[in-house]
Amino acid sequence: MFGKLTLDAIPFHDPIIMGAGAGVMLGGLALAALVTRLGRWRWLWTEYITSVDHKKIGIMYIVLALVMLLRGFADAVMMRTHQMIAVGENTGYLPPEHYDQVFTAHGVIMIFFVAMPFVAGLTNLIVPLQIGARDVAYPFLNSLSFWLTASGAALVNVSLVVGEFAKTGWAAYPPLSGIAYSPDVGVDYYIWSLQIAGLGSLLTGVNFFVTILRMRAPGMKLMEMPIFTWSALCTNVLIIAAFPILTVTLALLGMDRYLDAHFFTNDLGGSQMMYVNLFWAWGHPEVYILILPAFGIFSEVTATFSEKRLFGYRFMVWALVGITVLSFVVWLHHFFTMGAGANVNAFFGISTMFIAIPTGVKVFNWLFTMYRGRLHFTPPLLWTIGFIVTFAIGGMTGVLLAMPGADFVLHNSLFLVAHFHNVIIGGALFGYLAGLNYWFPKAFGFTLDERLGKASFWCWLVGFYIAFMPLYALGLMGMTRRLNHIADPAWQPWLIAASVGTAIIGLGVVLTVVQLVVSIRNRAQRLDLTGDPWNGRTLEWSMASPPPFYNFARIPEVYGIDSWNASKARGEQISPPADYADIHMPRNTAVGFVISGFLTAFGFAMVWHIWWLAIAGALGAVASFVWRAFDRDVDYMVPAAEVRRIEEAHLVRAGGEAR
Amino acid sequence: MIERPGEYSLRAPAAAHHDHGHEHGESEATSTTVFGFWVYLMSDCVLFGTLFAVYAVLAPNTAGGPTPGELFELPFVLTETFLLLFSSVTFGYGMLAARAGRRRATLLWLAVTFAFGAGFLGMELHEFGKFVAEGAGPQRSAFLSGFFGLVGTHGIHVAAGLAWIVAMMAQVVLYGFEEAVLRRLMCLSLFWHFLDVVWICVFTIVYLLGVLNHA
Repeated sequence: MFGKLTLDAIPFHDPIIMGAGAGVMLGGLALAALVTRLGRWRWLWTEYITSVDHKKIGIMYIVLALVMLLRGFADAVMMRTHQMIAVGENTGYLPPEHYDQVFTAHGVIMIFFVAMPFVAGLTNLIVPLQIGARDVAYPFLNSLSFWLTASGAALVNVSLVVGEFAKTGWAAYPPLSGIAYSPDVGVDYYIWSLQIAGLGSLLTGVNFFVTILRMRAPGMKLMEMPIFTWSALCTNVLIIAAFPILTVTLALLGMDRYLDAHFFTNDLGGSQMMYVNLFWAWGHPEVYILILPAFGIFSEVTATFSEKRLFGYRFMVWALVGITVLSFVVWLHHFFTMGAGANVNAFFGISTMFIAIPTGVKVFNWLFTMYRGRLHFTPPLLWTIGFIVTFAIGGMTGVLLAMPGADFVLHNSLFLVAHFHNVIIGGALFGYLAGLNYWFPKAFGFTLDERLGKASFWCWLVGFYIAFMPLYALGLMGMTRRLNHIADPAWQPWLIAASVGTAIIGLGVVLTVVQLVVSIRNRAQRLDLTGDPWNGRTLEWSMASPPPFYNFARIPEVYGIDSWNASKARGEQISPPADYADIHMPRNTAVGFVISGFLTAFGFAMVWHIWWLAIAGALGAVASFVWRAFDRDVDYMVPAAEVRRIEEAHLVRAGGEAR
Repeated sequence: MIERPGEYSLRAPAAAHHDHGHEHGESEATSTTVFGFWVYLMSDCVLFGTLFAVYAVLAPNTAGGPTPGELFELPFVLTETFLLLFSSVTFGYGMLAARAGRRRATLLWLAVTFAFGAGFLGMELHEFGKFVAEGAGPQRSAFLSGFFGLVGTHGIHVAAGLAWIVAMMAQVVLYGFEEAVLRRLMCLSLFWHFLDVVWICVFTIVYLLGVLNHA
């Protein structure tokens, strides 16, 4: 009836896990109680859960990312404090089987359930506004994508309390992740949560690729798209081309585990190195999926807060495209030690170093944009400058690792760990936080507190250096990654320093939360009625904040790059259109939510071999999808009079402030 | 009144007014959907490409078990292949009938397509069952894992296509040839022909080359 699932699956004996589980449950109950008390369930259901509005979906993605960031960061704190004390006689406080889950969950959560939703969230929120579209190409699929991502995140969180998570590291290499060496359910949670969330990512990729290519406002040529939209386009190309590889890889690993197949086993002809090749054939494009949108954000922020047009727009675009192409021919640098031979390693080493060229072009373009610009040191610009310095260091250690000879020494060491945190935190995450500060007023109509934003930035920046520079030193001293116990006491001082850095980053995390809370509480004083608080350059700033649900009452005509800035500079008299037209909009639907509910049940059932529930979940998901295909009441018209009412209300508010 | 720019969306020049997004004509919506479906199919191409690569790497690794030459019966697979190829032809006739607005003919051709597709799937399942009964299931060797992984994934796609055909027949009966129904038929048609193309590769690389190289 319940497959492998028994009460033993819940680790009652582990106070840390039970404490965390109880905390999550109490937090959830408190949240539910709050929503009930405010009487907001219906609002939550109609305005968010069933919404197909790209702006609402974007907000939900970012909330998911921030919540999961807290969980992933808690894992990081546990690792750092454990390694700090588990030296010599002391065995620390995390037993190996728990510690191994913690570092696996940290990696999986940060990549798949923080960075990916953050990227998807900012893309959702901004791209349709930047290209002058009313929505994305497929609004229902967009809602489905979000809920699939949320479903994957839910499965990861369930594994905290029911059963366990993978103990393999986030890449889950076989044979360790095979059934022979990981007979428990951890790897199955890994497989199914990533399969479900990965499907969501793929659908997002197709959706935004089509949206950007087909739904731009009239007049907007490809070479006139805002640079963030360009970065989103490249990112979605990468998603479309790379995510199917991950889907296949995890499916084959699943066949090894469920059907006793031999794709990656040690015996009967399997090839574990094929898994490693396939994983990174997806995995390297994936790191550019994370970083390219950040590059786009930095470009927007730099131009806006330098009050200058972006330096070298064309070079920026071609650098993005070059990185997109090159990202598919470097995957082998993740395992130079495989033994593919000197020629193969040399090819991949050189192709890896090539990526530094377009990246360097971008760095110089940002610097030249700022050069002689009128800089406004707002939090987004601080994140950008912090990024340029930090990322340059991370890029240089990356070029160092691209040399196979050096990599043989540094492979699998903390030097590598320091390198990729250097580029993912100092590159991707700094970018997302810049984007959060930059576009928050567009989403909500009020700005975020600048002082707290700056304080958060400085904590993150200083904390980052104190936390990760010691790891470079430790790597050079020979410390390998993922150690549960530290044999050499000489490493301890460095680990203590890293923990101090983590504490400072923790302060930065807290300050980000405080910044959000304080800004929301003081929103009445922080209102931005103009919709253009930064004197922005691109179309998203040409409308009210938050934008009306249909975005543009009239689709704008675009002439050239930075078209909003150009029309402001021309002093063009902006006036309401003489006539309003009816607007065709998609209706909200619960189907995406329902399908994901069924698939969550399906994934859980597959993990625990509860076959009847797996069949029911799969059938339920398919049936809901088919039901949707037979629902013909999927759209409606907003009457012109209603559009006029909304637009004129905005004009009154904005005009009131301007006076 | 407005005192500075920034309060409203850009004014569109009245003469050059193009509606966009959801206000496109219906055929515009269709072409966007069909384009998106093409993009999805390209991602499916990557999926199959990966499976082909995996199969190519693993095919020699028979681990002392049966080889392709010992297992595959080419006349049987050729029959299977022709069933799928014919189903593409009949689907083509179905699309012609749909464009001509002939409901009964469309339903008939879809039913014939379904029958051919079901026949193909039945033969494939029969072959799978035979292999498993002979002890040549996916657990026997890496070659057989690769075989079941690749051919099975194609089979799952065909099964999904069959379910989709049934759903479309129901829509044609219920709604006739309205815009959305025609659009979905076009996507299904792309999907069905795509599966044919993939199968040609399967037939060539797995079966023909398998028998040639690993007799």
